[in-house]
Parts: sequence; structure tokens; C-alpha cells
Amino acid sequence: MNMNLSESIFGRLNWEAIPYHEPILVATFAGVVLGGLAVLALLTKMRLWGPLWRDWICSIDHKKIGIMYMVLGIVMLLRGFADAIMMRMHQAVAFGANEGFLPPHHYDQVFTAHGVIMIFFVAMPLVTGLMNYLVPLQIGARDVAFPFLNNFSFWMTTGGAVLVMMSLFIGEFAKTGWLAYPPLSGLLASPDVGVDYYIWALQVAGVGTTLSGINLIATILKMRAPGMKLMNMPVFTWTALVTNVLIVATFPILGATLALLTGDRYLGTNFFTNDLGGNPMLYVNLIWIWGHPEVYILVLPVFGVFSEVVSTFSGKRLFGYASMVYATCVIGVLSYLVWLHHFFTMGSGASVNSFFGITTMIISIPTGAKIFNWLFTMYRGRIRFEVPMLWTVGFMVTFVIGGMTGVMLAVPAADFVLHNSLFLIAHFHNVIIGGVVFGIFAGINYWFPKAFGYKLDDFWGRVSFWFWLVGFWVAFTPLYVLGLMGVTRRMSHFDDPSLQIWFQIAAVGAGLVAIGIAAFLVQLVVSYLRREQLRDLTGDPWNARTLEWSTASPPPDYNFAFTPVVHDTDAWHDMKQRGARRPTGGFKPIHMPKNTAAGFVIAMLATAMGFALVWHMWLPAALAFAAMVIAAIVHTFNYDRDFHIPADEVTRSEDARTRALAAA
Amino acid sequence: MSSSSSTLTATGAAPVFYDNGDHHPEGSTLLGFWMYLMSDCLIFAVLFATFAVLGRSYAAGPSGADLFDLPLVAVNTGLLLFSSITYGFAMIAMQHGKVKHLLAWLAVTGLFGLGFLSIELFEFSHLIHEGAGPQRSAFLSSFFTLVGTHGLHVTFGILWLVTLMFQVRKLGLTFENKRRLVCLSMFWHFLDVVWIGVFTFVYLMGVL
Amino acid sequence: MSAAHDHHDAHGDIGYHATLKGYATGFVLSVILTAIPFWLVMAKVLPPDATKFIILGFAAVQVVVHMIYFLHMNAKVEGGWSMLALVFTAIVVVVMLAGSIWVMYHMNANMMPVDPHAMRNMP
Repeated sequence: MNMNLSESIFGRLNWEAIPYHEPILVATFAGVVLGGLAVLALLTKMRLWGPLWRDWICSIDHKKIGIMYMVLGIVMLLRGFADAIMMRMHQAVAFGANEGFLPPHHYDQVFTAHGVIMIFFVAMPLVTGLMNYLVPLQIGARDVAFPFLNNFSFWMTTGGAVLVMMSLFIGEFAKTGWLAYPPLSGLLASPDVGVDYYIWALQVAGVGTTLSGINLIATILKMRAPGMKLMNMPVFTWTALVTNVLIVATFPILGATLALLTGDRYLGTNFFTNDLGGNPMLYVNLIWIWGHPEVYILVLPVFGVFSEVVSTFSGKRLFGYASMVYATCVIGVLSYLVWLHHFFTMGSGASVNSFFGITTMIISIPTGAKIFNWLFTMYRGRIRFEVPMLWTVGFMVTFVIGGMTGVMLAVPAADFVLHNSLFLIAHFHNVIIGGVVFGIFAGINYWFPKAFGYKLDDFWGRVSFWFWLVGFWVAFTPLYVLGLMGVTRRMSHFDDPSLQIWFQIAAVGAGLVAIGIAAFLVQLVVSYLRREQLRDLTGDPWNARTLEWSTASPPPDYNFAFTPVVHDTDAWHDMKQRGARRPTGGFKPIHMPKNTAAGFVIAMLATAMGFALVWHMWLPAALAFAAMVIAAIVHTFNYDRDFHIPADEVTRSEDARTRALAAA
Repeated sequence: MSSSSSTLTATGAAPVFYDNGDHHPEGSTLLGFWMYLMSDCLIFAVLFATFAVLGRSYAAGPSGADLFDLPLVAVNTGLLLFSSITYGFAMIAMQHGKVKHLLAWLAVTGLFGLGFLSIELFEFSHLIHEGAGPQRSAFLSSFFTLVGTHGLHVTFGILWLVTLMFQVRKLGLTFENKRRLVCLSMFWHFLDVVWIGVFTFVYLMGVL
Repeated sequence: MSAAHDHHDAHGDIGYHATLKGYATGFVLSVILTAIPFWLVMAKVLPPDATKFIILGFAAVQVVVHMIYFLHMNAKVEGGWSMLALVFTAIVVVVMLAGSIWVMYHMNANMMPVDPHAMRNMP
């Protein structure tokens, strides 16, 4: 009886799960503990626990949630990049007799974690954070459609990240690559906890992402300011709309497919096994039906960022607004018709491969149209090369080249040579870094003053940009060369010494990018220290065109004291042109949702349940699940979810703005 | 859209750039819930696609023709269909503000749902006892997962229904409660739509 | 300002008006559209291929019946967004199903043929 109880509580968790024998992990753990204690000490000393809980953890304010997403993404960027540095350093030396410093089972976890973290816990949160922060402000709304769900979504994403980070110190992570193909990810080949951590981290985070998608679609469709027709929305909001439609229409596919893999691992089903009728190729097919729209989910928002940045810093309306919108929608629809190009070599034959090869080439056309529109916007504009514009120009060059290598890969015959080579790795880093990462940095530099009331330091911004740009090309051009020479991805050791020089150059490139990241962190610190010099009192430091710039920086909790009425695209620009006067009196009480702990609680229970399931701790898992259901039901009995900001509080806040504008 | 704000210029008047404070966005819950149902469609689409691909992979084990008890499935289909119409009666009662009738019809709906689940659980346990559990073959894995996922949705629906009955009894037909009843209505009917796919694609075609 | 001020009546919010006639019509149609397929299969009235097409057709029609009579779907609900979402989802589902079946059929067809002796000894 005792044995059974202890097993149902602890499952397969035991002290052996802690990697005492891996020096890198022990050192990392020590660092994390020390750093963590320092943070906790600081929080205690500065008495920030109360405000942290009340104003941030329980906040349903889209602006605070947006900032928390950005913080999550940046923190995880450091982890994911550490994995990248380890790979570059290891591959630069692991030739011939030198085995490198990472044994294969560790190296495999590094490249798997690198991919999972960068896609799910860096790129997705950063893009979601931007959309969360900006969309309500851009459409003249006070918050998103479902503020509580927004908070819950954020904590679910964080819960997923927590599970991935825990795998560093308790147990291990998957060794299967970021998509965990069976049969390698099945129970026979990977009986350890790694794939289970992968599954539950993504399932928990995936729920958050899907709900966030529903939230933003409803927000954009239903909460636009009066007069803002769809074709008057800012382009960033348009790209956010299509992105969130893609999210709602694809993340369930990821969830269901991973659930089938979970069935194989936990219940002995035979979806993807080699025997009893299973078919591992089905997994590859299903996961890429999710996987291809996913990359457009990552890139469409940053296309929106670039549209805003190019228009503002060229001092011109965006060229071809309508064609930008159509191109975005076409990309969204077409993204469901190309997925097989990720597995041309799996043997579906010429007719199937040709169909998908052609659709893949077609999908590059609307993106090309966007590039032309940005260039035409810049043409005859009065261009100001502020830091966001630098990132944009860097994007245009880098992303276009990456896109071209993608068209090369779209030819099935070429792909038979290049599939899973370093050429492929170079291609997708080219478009993800050149597109998504550069776009995020453009967005951060552009909208930071809106969120925090002061600009980011210009010098360190430029340093960061140049090191990223040069570093990227130095790191990945060698990989293009190696790929064309036939070198395969995910290799932890090589015998051919003639390849080494390319890996060494790539390592140097990674070092340059590291400096770029360091410069970004320095930029954040220096900007904070210099914030009074960098202060913006106008709310519109760039002389921009969309509604978020009509608010104070940072905006008050309620965003707009009076909802703006819109007459044209680039609504704020229109208001400035036509001499709109900001109301300075007659403020009314404003209806707002209340903060709540329910989202955090339920999400942390979900995370705990995920951890318990990883370790087969069935009793704790069942209890956590029951607690989640009960907490959700209890939450539905709470009907007291909103309050009104009194009119005099609004007046005080608006008067402060009036004074700031006068002083600016 | 609030009628007290003007979005266009009156003849000759200056354009209005700020609402007078009475603007209230329309409710988004029903649209949001519909979007959730669309996402749920995609989960089922994956399971249907899996069944389409693996549904004949019997691994030398039993097939649908060997296992499916179509008369029982017909009874189950009938129960679910009845539950749909009794929920409809509940909604009509809600529209007329008749709380007692509403609660009665909700209870009947819940009972039909429980009946559906009981028969399904009976079917599952019978199959497992015959050695035709989800581990036997890819066909059976797909069968149990698709039908089981639908059954799990019905289970959560019943849980939600009971919770709502308590909430309506406690607080009456408030705006929030009515909105929740409409959402549950969408959920419940959606599950019947999915069941059409299940009984056609899995049971009827599985026997052919 | 009380909360009630801020909201429309749920009836108005819904955008439809449920009627007994609507539900009854939907119910009767659904019963017919269910009974016939069951009968066709259980009584083995027609050859299997013909039966497959017919019952799939009946299923599609019954889905539409449910959408109209039970889910009150029309192009005006929620400003047409519900319908658009439904159409988009339907397209994605069809692409997924048809695409997966097509792709996997070809994948399986191109797999190496298995030695009959080994096939007999498969687990």
C-alpha cells in the first residue's frame, strides 16, 4: 500500500533527476540561484511585493500585460541565445579527435531547446506583447474585449516557459529537434521525461496563445472607435487581425497533434508508432499544417511594425494601403496551402510535390508587393534615420535575401539536395532574424517612449543594430556555404577538417550578435539612467500618424478620456492636420474592469499539473486538474468584475497631461 | 454604437474628433465564443483527418464492421438530438423570462446528456473487455480518441450546465447569466453538429 | 451609473429570436436526415460506394440544418462576422482533410513494398 501511494505521489521523480554530474548545468543553476536571490532581496528591500502583486501579476490592463510579454520574451531570448552560443562554440571545435565540450545527448537538448524557446517563448511573446499593447490604443479602445482572459493567457504562456526552464535542473529536455518527430519522440526511442516536458510546456502555452487570438479578433472587430471602418485601421492593426485569425485557426492543430503524441506516450495508443498500424508520417503532415501558418503568425505583425515605422519616418502616408491589406489577407489564406514544402523529401511523389512547390512560389508574391509598397513610401519622403528606421532598412535587405533562398528551396528538386542541410538553417534564420527579430527591435525602439515616457538611448541603439546586422551575416553566410557543400544540420561532430574554418567564422558572427544583445541591454539601462534627458512630454515624439500617439506617454489606465471619433486612415495625423482640440474638461466616470488573481492562480495550477504529468505523479496531477476546474467555477461565481474611475480622478490625470503638453 | 455621438460632420459644422463620453463598445462575448467554437472545429478536424488516414489500419485486429453496434449508436444519436431540442425549449423559456421552465428544460437536457455519456461509456468498456481497446490498433486509437474527445466535451458541457443552473437559481436571469446560457446553447448545438460527423464518418462508414 | 445602463438586452444582443416552430422544424428534418442514412447502412440497401456518397451528402445537409435552425446562423448575426468565420473555418477544415488524405495516400503508396513473409509476422 505504501509503495503504491508513494508512486502515485512521486511518480518517476527521484533525486537522480537532478543533473549533479553536468558541470555546465550545475554552474548555471548556481548562477540562477544567486541571481534569483538577488532579485528577491531587492524586491523585499524596496517593498515592491505589494505593487508587484496588485499592479502587475493581477493586472488585466492590456498595457501592463503587453509589457510583461516583452519582458518574458527578452528574458527567454537570453536563454535561447545562450544555447546558440554553445552550439556555435561547440561546432567550431568538434572536429576529428576533438569531441567538443558537449556530449551528444546534451548537444541534442541544446538545439531542441534553442528552437523551442526561440519560436514559442521569444518570438511569440514578443509579437503578442506588441499586439496586446498597441491594438487597443490604435483603435481607440480602453482595453481588449476580454481583459481577464488576457491576463490568463499571459500566465499560461509564462507557465509553459517555466516548464521548459525547469527541465534544465530537474530531469532533461527533449533531444528530438524543436518539432519532436516520432518515432524518435515516441515512447520506445525517448522514454525519458524530455519529450514530456516539451509536450506539456507547449500545451500550456498553446492554450494561452489560442485564447489571446480569440481576444484580439473580438477586440478588433467589435471595439473600434466610432468612424474607424476596417479600411481606416492602422496597418499594424490589420496585420494583427490576420495574425490572430491564423492563431485561432492553427494552434488547435498543434494542440491536437501533440495530444495524439501524448496518447502514444501515456496511453499506449498507436497513432505514430511503427507497429500496430501507426504512421509517423502523419505526424509530420499534421504538425506542418500548423507549422507553416505559424511562421506567418510570427512575421505578419512585424510587417505591420515596418509599415508604421516607414510611414512615420518618411513623413508620408503608407503607399498602397489597400494593396497592403489585401496582400496580408492573401498571405493568411495561402499559408494553408504550402505546408508540404517542409517535407518534400518524405516521398509523396512528383504530383504532390509540384503542387506545393508552385503554391510556395505564389505565396512569395504578396510579400514582394509589400516590399515595393514600403520602398514607394520612402520614395520622395523626408526620411529620418532614427533607430527604428535603421532596423527597417536592415530588414529590407536581410529579409529579401532570406526570402529568395526560400524560393530556391521551394523547387522540390533543389530541396532534395538542400533539405535539412545548413542551407535550410541559414534560410530560416535569415527570414526570422531579418524579419521577426529586426522588426521587434524596430518596434521596441519606436514604441518604447509611448510605454515609458522617455526615448531609448540613440547611441546604444545604433551600436546594437550594427552588431546585430553585421553579426547576423558573419554568422550565417558560412552556413549557406556549408549547406551548399552538403553539410547536414544537427550534427555535433565532424571529421572533415576543411569545414572547420566556416564554423569558426560563424562563431565569430555569433559573438558579434552577442555584443549586439549586450548593447541592447546596456541601452535599456542607460536610457533609464538618462530618462530625464530622454523624456518625452508630448506623447508624440516622432510626429507619428496613428491614434496611440494621441495619448499621454505612458497612457493613463483608461487610455482615452473621451473615445476619439475617426474620419480617415492615419487618424491622429488627420486630427493634427485639421486642428482637433484635445478636451480639457467635462470628464465623465470611466467604466473599467477590476484586477484579479484568478488568471494567475489557474495558470499556475495548469503549470503544476503539467509538471506532475511529466513525472507521472498521477495523484498530484489529478488534484491540480480538479483544483483548476474548481478555481474556474469559483471565478464564474464572481459577478463583481468592474468598477468606475471617478470623474475627478480622470480630471486630475488629464490636467497633468495638459500641464505636460504646455511644458513640452 | 451609441447614438449620442456623431461621427460625421453636420452640414457646415466642424468635424467632431472626440465622443461625448457615452460611447460604449458592443458586447463581444458571443462573437468571441463563436471564435472559440471555430478553434474547436479545428481540433476535431485533426481527429477526423487522423481517423480518415488511420481508420482502416486494423493491424489484423477487429474492424468497425466487427465491433460497432449500430442500433445502440442510433439510440445515442437520438438522445443527443433530443437534448438539442430540449435546450431549444430552455432558450424559449429564457426569452419569456420563465425561470422555472428554463431550469426544468435544462435539467432534462442534462439528463439526456448523461444518458448519452452512459451509453458511450458502456460501449467503450465493452470494447475494452473484448480486447478492442485504444492500444489494439491505429484504427482503434483514432476511434477512441475522436469519439472520446467528443464525449469529454459533452462532459464539460454538462458540468457547465449544472453550474449555470445554480447561478440562475441564485441570481436569476441577469444579463450575464442570459449571455452564458446563449454561449452554452451554441456549445451544445455545436457538439451535436460534430456528432453528425462522428456517426456518419466513424460508425456508418466504418461499417461499410 | 449602474452596470445595466452599459448593456443592451441579451435578447437584442443575440440578434435572433428563437421560436418553437424553428426548433421543431430543425428537429424533424434532423430525424429524417439521420434515420435514412442509418437505414441505408443497416439494411444494406445500396452498394457500399453509393451509400458512402449518399450518407456524406445527408450529413452535410444535416449540418446546414443544425446551423440554421439550432445555431441560428445567417449572414446578419454579429454583422456577418460569424458567417465569415464559419466559411473560413470550413475552408481550412476542407483543405486540411482533403490535403491530408491526398498527401498520406501518396506517402503510403510510395512506401517500400513489404516482403509477404515479414508482413505475416508483423506484430
